[in-house]
Amino acid sequence: MRELFTTDAGPALINIALLAILFIVAIAIARLRSLFAIVMLSGVYSVVSAAWYIAVDAVDVGYTEAAVGAGMSTAVLLGAMLLTARTAKPDKPFKRLGPLLICGAVAVMLIYASVDLPGLGDPNSPANTGAGMTYVHVNWYDTGVPNVVTSVLASYRGFDTMGETVVVFVAGLAVAMLLGFGERSLAETLRNTKKRSGKGKEGDA
Amino acid sequence: MVEFVLERAGYWAIIGLMMIGLFIAFSAENLIKRLVGLSIFQTTICLFYVSLGKVNGGTAPILLPADTPASYGAGHAAAPGADALVAAGGERFADLHHVYSNPLPHVLMLTAIVVGVATLSLGLALIVRIREAYGTIEADEVREIDMETALAQELEAAKDINEASA
Repeated sequence: MRELFTTDAGPALINIALLAILFIVAIAIARLRSLFAIVMLSGVYSVVSAAWYIAVDAVDVGYTEAAVGAGMSTAVLLGAMLLTARTAKPDKPFKRLGPLLICGAVAVMLIYASVDLPGLGDPNSPANTGAGMTYVHVNWYDTGVPNVVTSVLASYRGFDTMGETVVVFVAGLAVAMLLGFGERSLAETLRNTKKRSGKGKEGDA
Repeated sequence: MVEFVLERAGYWAIIGLMMIGLFIAFSAENLIKRLVGLSIFQTTICLFYVSLGKVNGGTAPILLPADTPASYGAGHAAAPGADALVAAGGERFADLHHVYSNPLPHVLMLTAIVVGVATLSLGLALIVRIREAYGTIEADEVREIDMETALAQELEAAKDINEASA
C-alpha cells in the first residue's frame, strides 16, 4: 500500500485508522445536539489530527495542535459553552438541504482540481523543490539549530512571527474588551441588589 | 489508473473532512456548533498543506547528526561562525545524507493554528455577548428578535410622523 504517504504498509494502515476516527468524530459532531459532547469531540478531533501531523512528519505542528488545538481551544470552547447554553436546538431537515448541496458542489470542484495536483509525497513536486528545501540545505550553516522548523520560524521569518504575536495580542485585547475586566459583573451585582431591595420594599408594603 | 487514484486518495479524504466541517459551519443554527465546524475546517486545511510538503521516504525536518558536520562542532556551542564558513570555503549549501520533508508548510501552519485559536476565542467572546443581549445563541432566533425589534421601531416612527402631521 504505497498510496498513503510512504512505502511501508504500517504507516498506511495507521493513516487509514486515523482517517476513519476523524470521519466518525466529524460526522458525530455534525449530528449531535449536546454542546458538551460537541466541544469534547472537537478536542478529540484535534488530538487525532495531531497524531496525523506526526504521521506526515510535521512534528512541530503536531505538538502545537495538541497543545493549542486540543488543550487551549477546548478549554475556551468549554468556558463559552458554560456561559451560554448546554444544548443546541434540533435541526430542521429542509434547512440542511441548501448547505448539503453547496458542500457537495464544492467537494466536486475540489476533487476535480486535485486531479492536477502532484501525487502525495512526490519529491519533485513544485512545493518540494522550492524555497522550503533551500532552508533545509542552508539552515545548519546559517543558524546552527538542528530543528529546521524552529530556525525558519524564529530566524528567517522573525518578522512574520512578530506579526503573529501582534495578532494574538490584539485578539486577547478584543476578548478582554468584549467580556470586560470585571466591571460588568459589578453592574450585575448592583442590579441584583437593587432588585432584591425593590422586592424587599414590596414585601414590606 | 489505480496508481493515479491511490496517489490522490489522501487528498480526497482530506477534502471530505473539509466539507464536513464546512457543512457544520453552514447548516448549524447554534453559534457555538458553527465555530466548532469552522475550527474543524481550519484544522483540515492545515492537514492539506502539511501533506503537500510530505516527501516520500523523508523524515521530520530535524537534522540528523550526519547532516550537522562535525567540523562545525556538535551541540549548542556549534553555531558556525565566520571562521567555520571560511574554513568550508564559504560554502553555505549542504549536501544532505538523509531525505527530509519540506519544513516551510509546517512553519506556515504553526502560525495559522495559533492565529486560529485567537480568532476562535474572539468569536466565542462575541457569542457570549450575543447571549447576554438576546438570551439565545441560535442564529434563527436572534434573527427573529431583530426582525421584531425593527418592525416595532418602524411602527413607532410611523406613529411619530402621523402625530407630527396631525
